[in-house]
Amino acid sequence: MRTDLPARAALLLAALALLAVVAVAGVSVGTRAIAPAEIWRAFADYAGSDDHLIIRDVRVPRTILGILVGAALGASGALIQTLTRNPLAEPGILGVTAGAGFAINLGGALGLAGSQSAQLMLAFAGSVLAVLLVYSVGRTSPLRLVLAGVALSSVLAGLSLGMRLMLPDVFDRFRFWSVGALAGREQMSHTIPLLAIGIALVAAMAVARPLNAMVLGEQVAHTLGGHTARTKLAVLVLVTLLAGAATAVAGPITFVGLMIPHLARRLAAGSIPWLMAYTMVLGPILLLVSDIGSRVLLPTGEVPVAVVTAFLGGPVLIWAVRRYGAASL
Amino acid sequence: MAARLTAQDITLGYGERVVSEHVNLDVPDGAFTAIVGANACGKSTLLRSFVRLLRPSAGTVGFDGRDVNGYRPKAIARQIGFLPQGLVAPENIVVRRLVARGRYPHQSMLSTWSAENERAVQEAMAAAGVAELAERSVEELSGGQRQRVWVAMVLAQETPYLLLDEPTTFLDITHQYQLLKLFARLRDEGRTIIAVLHDINQACRFADHVVAMKAGRVVAEGAPADIVDAELIEEVFDLPCVVVPDPVTGTPMVVPTA
Repeated sequence: MRTDLPARAALLLAALALLAVVAVAGVSVGTRAIAPAEIWRAFADYAGSDDHLIIRDVRVPRTILGILVGAALGASGALIQTLTRNPLAEPGILGVTAGAGFAINLGGALGLAGSQSAQLMLAFAGSVLAVLLVYSVGRTSPLRLVLAGVALSSVLAGLSLGMRLMLPDVFDRFRFWSVGALAGREQMSHTIPLLAIGIALVAAMAVARPLNAMVLGEQVAHTLGGHTARTKLAVLVLVTLLAGAATAVAGPITFVGLMIPHLARRLAAGSIPWLMAYTMVLGPILLLVSDIGSRVLLPTGEVPVAVVTAFLGGPVLIWAVRRYGAASL
Repeated sequence: MAARLTAQDITLGYGERVVSEHVNLDVPDGAFTAIVGANACGKSTLLRSFVRLLRPSAGTVGFDGRDVNGYRPKAIARQIGFLPQGLVAPENIVVRRLVARGRYPHQSMLSTWSAENERAVQEAMAAAGVAELAERSVEELSGGQRQRVWVAMVLAQETPYLLLDEPTTFLDITHQYQLLKLFARLRDEGRTIIAVLHDINQACRFADHVVAMKAGRVVAEGAPADIVDAELIEEVFDLPCVVVPDPVTGTPMVVPTA
């Protein structure tokens, strides 16, 4: 409502400011110590030194990657939790993660997953196919959708595991992808997945208002004049695009999609458009903070970011289970 | 006066199962119509067809001479409001924000919250008696309060037609009467009310027009005093009874025998 706008906008601006700080930190902090003045010069007075190269070719792309992947995971989590009215849903529940993992394993077994971009395409295709399968089985109700997603995920995970046990080199290749990380993934071209994420984020804002009616239940949304079938389909397409692209780029970092919508929901107080906006800022903050943590936590080297987000997300998940429990399922 | 909302020879069902066949009904304008009947007689199904939740497999539900399914969803949603059963509010939502959702059909994708919307929400909350709960979280309200909040939501929709599916279920007798009086007042202000009611005595007391259904058919309709007698109740509910005048209002009152 009109009276809420200043408070909500102020909160969003504060979150954006925090994101800016975290992004600057993401460019500044790393295993190689670089003086702040040198960081500034990397942009203002580029000389092509090692430090400048690290800043411009590694840390900046990695930070941008983190922002878009974090926003995509947060937004897709918020969308799927809203649509299924299930606070424990996350994008992986539609089979996105298992589908991507299976495709990479299968591709590896068939000798197709040689390059990083081949892996990226395999992962994305696997995500999309898995969701299509889940949707065709479970489209009649949110509960069926979730059950179909969980069932397919288990089957695909089992098949993937079987392939990895039988084929050691598939296992080796999968290990790198499966940890979920931003490190080492900033070097390849991500133009297409990042563009897809950007467009999907804008579209996610556009479905937020119809979802505002949808959360009152499908009957109410329908009699309020909503296009319920169209909205549901749009949400599923967007979740697949966002989570599929994010997973393809950075591997499975599922906790962001699970926990960020919980935090954002407290702030949004029932408004889906604001929920979407908050998740798109808080998701990148969590991912970048985790990524910075992954660089500095161990003196010997990097911890994969998914390990750090899980570390931060674990307690939040336990809190959510205690708070909502089985009643919401 | 010709009815604006009509069912013309409609057949309703779910998949292969036919619930109602050849139902004709003209909903009287500006009146309070109660649909009564035993469980599973098709009264909720009929209501659902009026709000496009169920498409008739034959026949037409018409509004102003046009098929209700032919309207743009938001256009028909500005004419006909509906309160279904078993509603669950989203978590963390305060009353006024839930009520504000009733303005959905009056908003476009990019429109901002207008003074007109705010007025409608305030009036709806006042009418439903939930204005003082405006800042409370819906989750922490009692069942009766929550039901009135949902009523406020559908009132904020500001539709001339208001359809209610068993709106008094799960409420204690005081809250039931409060709600029915509210609907009667809305009728007095010019709205058309159509409610599925379980309690035949309440239907007789508050409704101008009673539609009695059995096994998917309309067996009788008319003013309560004209149609409700022991014979009809026996036929519709399979319940031996006597019908006496209500000591307060003089409307028919059903008293089961033995």
